[in-house]
This record gives sequence, structure tokens and C-alpha cells, in this order.
Amino acid sequence: MTGQGVVWLGSPSFPEAAREALKDSQLRANLKRATGTIRDKRLAVASELDDWEALREAGAAIKKRTARHLDRYLVQLEESVTAAGGTVHWAADAGEANRIVAELVRATGEREVVKIKSMATQEIGLNEHLAEQGITAYETDLAELIVQLGDDRPSHILVPAIHKNRTEIRDLFTAEMGHWGQPAPDGLGDDPAELAEAARRHLRSKFLTAKVAVSGANFACADSGTVVIVESEGNGRMCLTLPETLITVMGIEKVVPTWSDLEVFLQLLPRSSTGERMNPYTSTWTGTTDGDGPSAFHLILLDNGRTDTLADEVGRQALACIRCSACLNVCPVFERTGGHAYGSVYPGPIGAVLTPQLVGVENAASLPFASTLCGACYDACPVKIDIPEVLAHLRAKVVESKGRTPEALAMKAAATVLDSPRLLGAAQKAASVGGRALARNGRIGRMPGPLAGWSDSRDTPAPPAESFRTWWRKNRETE
Amino acid sequence: MSSRETVLARIRAALADVPSEETPADVPVPRAYRRSHTEPGQDTVALFAERVADYRATVTRTHPAELPEAIATALTHRQARRLALPDGFPSDLLPAGDWEWHPEPLGTEALDALDGTVTLAAVGIAVTGTIVLDTGPGQGRRALTLVPDYHLCVIHAGQIADDVPDALARLDPTRPLTFISGPSATSDIELNRVEGVHGPRTLDVIIVETT
Ligand code: SF4
Repeated sequence: MTGQGVVWLGSPSFPEAAREALKDSQLRANLKRATGTIRDKRLAVASELDDWEALREAGAAIKKRTARHLDRYLVQLEESVTAAGGTVHWAADAGEANRIVAELVRATGEREVVKIKSMATQEIGLNEHLAEQGITAYETDLAELIVQLGDDRPSHILVPAIHKNRTEIRDLFTAEMGHWGQPAPDGLGDDPAELAEAARRHLRSKFLTAKVAVSGANFACADSGTVVIVESEGNGRMCLTLPETLITVMGIEKVVPTWSDLEVFLQLLPRSSTGERMNPYTSTWTGTTDGDGPSAFHLILLDNGRTDTLADEVGRQALACIRCSACLNVCPVFERTGGHAYGSVYPGPIGAVLTPQLVGVENAASLPFASTLCGACYDACPVKIDIPEVLAHLRAKVVESKGRTPEALAMKAAATVLDSPRLLGAAQKAASVGGRALARNGRIGRMPGPLAGWSDSRDTPAPPAESFRTWWRKNRETE
Repeated sequence: MSSRETVLARIRAALADVPSEETPADVPVPRAYRRSHTEPGQDTVALFAERVADYRATVTRTHPAELPEAIATALTHRQARRLALPDGFPSDLLPAGDWEWHPEPLGTEALDALDGTVTLAAVGIAVTGTIVLDTGPGQGRRALTLVPDYHLCVIHAGQIADDVPDALARLDPTRPLTFISGPSATSDIELNRVEGVHGPRTLDVIIVETT
């Protein structure tokens, strides 16, 4: 799938990958702790704002406005960025985006770039492409560095190396850092502060000498041409300000109409993502500024399946995603399987709806079934993406495209994922939640979700009077 | 067809369901959210101080006449002696004593060799405990508050906005902006918070009360 980059790795399919992941009890323990911690923090800071629902409404509406007039906002963004001294490029697919970046880097005469964590560049497989062109890309986010040194893949949007514990990270640093630059200090311990210090030293010389940086973008304002990066460590600031050339690869859905619209997203994103009132650093820049930061700025607007997603009236809402990862942290399936099982750079509930749309449902047919349709993701989503609705819609599409019933797939997914006896009592009720979503779609009469398939073949206790969603939430609170 | 035309044509085709006469204004954005999450009459300077301190930054409050002394106290406490001095930093605020002030222009290597920097700020945000720098007088290029390991930031009470909407309205997006909420931090290793990965490990904030 070179043309498509690595948004979808193809195989194994979700049920198989999930079954493997479930055998890894260390992974499950790590994940449970991590998702639980972030979930609690998120709830605490979101509940500080008594107008949280109104902010979500506004966020969803701004995204809807943008999507319905996307051509206009992209053209406006192009004008604003160009007027501010930047250069805008358009890339129809992963291959084209990769070519543009490689050409821009080559034009500087450099062979190395520093990178800010970016889902878009992971999606197009940029690092791999640059390597083929003899250009080394250095990931500078600590978690991405861990993933890169381990020749591994990210498993979570927010904390990509959450599947690795401190001892594994220490061993990795000791074994690999020397191959990429400054080696780890002798006798490196596994204390997180010590490990972070090793990363700091390892990357410092890169930051101070790098001439070219590559980033993604969290937002870009059409009216002012301002691009926004939200981060914690300061590696983003390093990449955005010290090099001479900055290349930003941005999915076309990241544009927002105005600078003042950020007032909504800068409240929603940090609270939903890391559970902080504000993340440590947010950088904004508009074109280039004399005497401060890069003298050349290139913005690459990436389609790569987004317009196909936009064409689906139900599925297009997935483009509103601001990559906060809240849906991952509340998802009972993700908590048990981890991100790798989704076989995509976009894991968890959002991955289950975005990946099949970006690559075509026939190419990722098991992903829409990687969910219990419990609805926790919808409740958590700061921009109100109705993920269960899109999942149900995509399931119908899978059926159409494959011409075979999804029961087998559903059974596998359910048996693999829902192995906790405590979940079983709620199964039938949950299936009816799924059934409701499906009925709304109206294209198929009855299509049992994984839970219904599961319950049909087993002796289940009587369903509880509450919905699975309610039950799940209560169950969470008492854990 | 250029990729630009290709992508734009795909978008227009994908939006066939959107009536051609529809304008962005026809898609309503309900703005029922609060402009500020402070309460009427709340002491927003105190709130700002509390929220900044929540990120494990050290916050002190002082008055204009005592400001140079407060700066000296902070620098002494941090043993920061060799300091980058941003363009436009008021010289009458610099405390007397054994400090090395390194004015711009400074190369990256030179910055890396210094102990820290002292700057002013553009805007503060009380509810989130955020400081915004816009590279204006006394704030320096973005690198100044990034490369050295210590940042001492002086902000005047009048610069503190209640909340995010108010702050964004005060800022000029055409300037490069840096929003700072505490020192550099990561939680990437087993979710343990570690301060100072790449940005300054230590952030001190001095709030100057209006008298
Ligand atoms: S779908 Fe919603 S909750 Fe999930 S990552 Fe995107 S914005 Fe966050």
C-alpha cells in the first residue's frame, strides 16, 4: 500500500490482532492504569467548566461549518499564509505529500530533519519515504523517540509509547541511542526523570544544529493564516523556531474559519486530551517573521482520502476530530487490546471510523466491528462526533462491499474482546443500543452487533434495566 | 490538472449535498458558552497566581517599587547568574549586583551556555494559568525563553485576562505567539510527570500589582 502510506497496515485483521494483544497481561495492566488516570483527570478538569456542553456544541458547529465550506476556507488559508510569507502546496495523496517534503528538504542541501509528533506524517509514512531518499528524520517527542529507537509503532494518540514500561525504555536507550547520535550515559537507570534527561541530552545537539524541521498542525486559521501546535515538552518549540526551514504537513480538515474560533478549541483540547487546563506550550505562527524563527515556511495541504470521507454524509463528521484521544481512554475495547491491534496510526474508536474511511471500508473491514457501541466515546468527544452512529453506518457498508454477513467477524471480535465476565450481563442491552443506531441508518433490517452475536450463542443473564452506557459509566466510577 | 485543482474539485464533488446558495453563516455556531469562567467580582490576579502555581511554577507577587529586588531574589534562589537580556527590557528593572546580562543578538550556542533569561509578557490568562509572549519589547525572540534552562517572567496585573476568549481577543495573531503554562513537562514514561524535557525546567513568575 505504498500509495496510501501506512494509515492501514492491512493484516492481521483486528480480531486476530486483538486476540494476540489480550494474551499480554502486562500490556493490559499498563493500559488500564494509563487510560484510567487520564480519564479521571479529564473528567475533573472538564467538570470545572459548567458550560462544557455549550463548548462542545460550539466546537462541533464550527467544524461542521468548516466542512460544509471546506473549499472556501482552504483557499482563504492559502491566501493568508502566502500573504504572510509562507508557501502553500497541495497534495492529493500520501505519495505526493512525501515527494513534496523530500524535494523541499533536498533543495536546502540538508540530509537530516527534526520532527514534531504528527499523525499526518505517520499516516503518509513520511519517515520511511525520507529514509529511502537518504534523508534521516529524527523524532523529537519523547514518546516518538522511544517508538523510533525501538523500530516500533505508536499505540496511542497522546502517549504513543504507553505500551512500554520504564525498564524497557532504559534498555532501548542504552542499546540504540548511540546509533542515532549522542549515546545514553553509562549506567543509565530507569527512573523517568533520568530517562527524560538522557533524551534531553540525546536530542539537544540535533535541535541546535538542525536546519530543517517537519511538523503537523493542530489548527490553522483561514482568516489570519495562523498555524497552531499544541504540545508539552518544548521539542515542538525547538523545531518551530531554531531551524531555517519549516515544513508543515496538515490534513485539509484542520483548518478553522477564524483566529477567534480557537477560543473554543483551546479550551476543549487540553482538557479532553491530557486533562490539563492548558498544555505547557502552544505555539502559533503566521507565515514567517523577520529575525525570529524559520526564514522559509511551507504548508502542505494533504487530502489522502479525506475528500472521500467528506463525500459520506454520515461519515464526514469524523473529520471534525481534534485528536485529543479522549475516546481511546474511555473505550472498553481499546483498554483491553491497546492501539496496535487497530493496525493503523489512528487507533481506538476514532481509528475504527477514520481508518476505513481514509482507505476504503473494503480494505479495513474488521475495524467498524472493533467496538461494543457502548457510546462512551461519543460522550467523551469534545466535538461531539457520534462515533457509534458512524460505526453502525460503516458496518452496513462493509456488508454491502463484501456481500457476506458480518456475523462471523462480529463473533470473533466479541469473543476476543469481551472476555470479562462482568461485561456479559450488559450484553443484550448494549446490542439494543447498537440496534437502535443501525435502525437509524435504515439500510438493513437487522444486523446484530458483536454483542448480540455473542449473546445469541450463549446463556446470558437477563439484561439489566439500564443501558450499557449507563452501566459502563457506573462501573467505571466504582473501579 | 494541478493537485490544487484536483483537491478542490474533489471537495466540491464531495459536498454535492450542500446547496450552492448556502454560505458559512447559514451553518449556525451556537456561542452559548461563557466568555469567562471567573465569577463576577473574583480576584482574577489571585486566581492566575494559584493556577500558575498548580503547574509547579513558582509565583511571587510584588509592587513596582520592589520589582528589581524581587528579580534579584529569584535569580539568587535559582543561582542563575549569566542571563540573556531581551531587546527592550527596561534597564531600570535590572537589579544591581553580580549578574552577567547578555544582550541580543545571541546565537543558539551562546544561549545554550547561559543559565536563564528574564522577560516581560504580553498577556496572562487567569483561568488556565497561562502566560502568552508575543515577542514584543522585553520578551525576546522565541528562542530566548526556550533554550536556556530557566525562565523568569514578569507580568503586570493589568495584563491578566480572565479567560481564553478574552486573551485571544487581546493578541495579534500575525505575531509569533508562545502560550506557556508551567515549565516543560512530559508524562510519556508510565505517565509520570517529569519537568524539563526540552524547554526550561524551571519557570518563575513575578506578578507586579498595579498600585
Ligand atoms: S474522535 Fe473525538 S474524542 Fe476521539 S480523538 Fe477525536 S476529538 Fe478526541
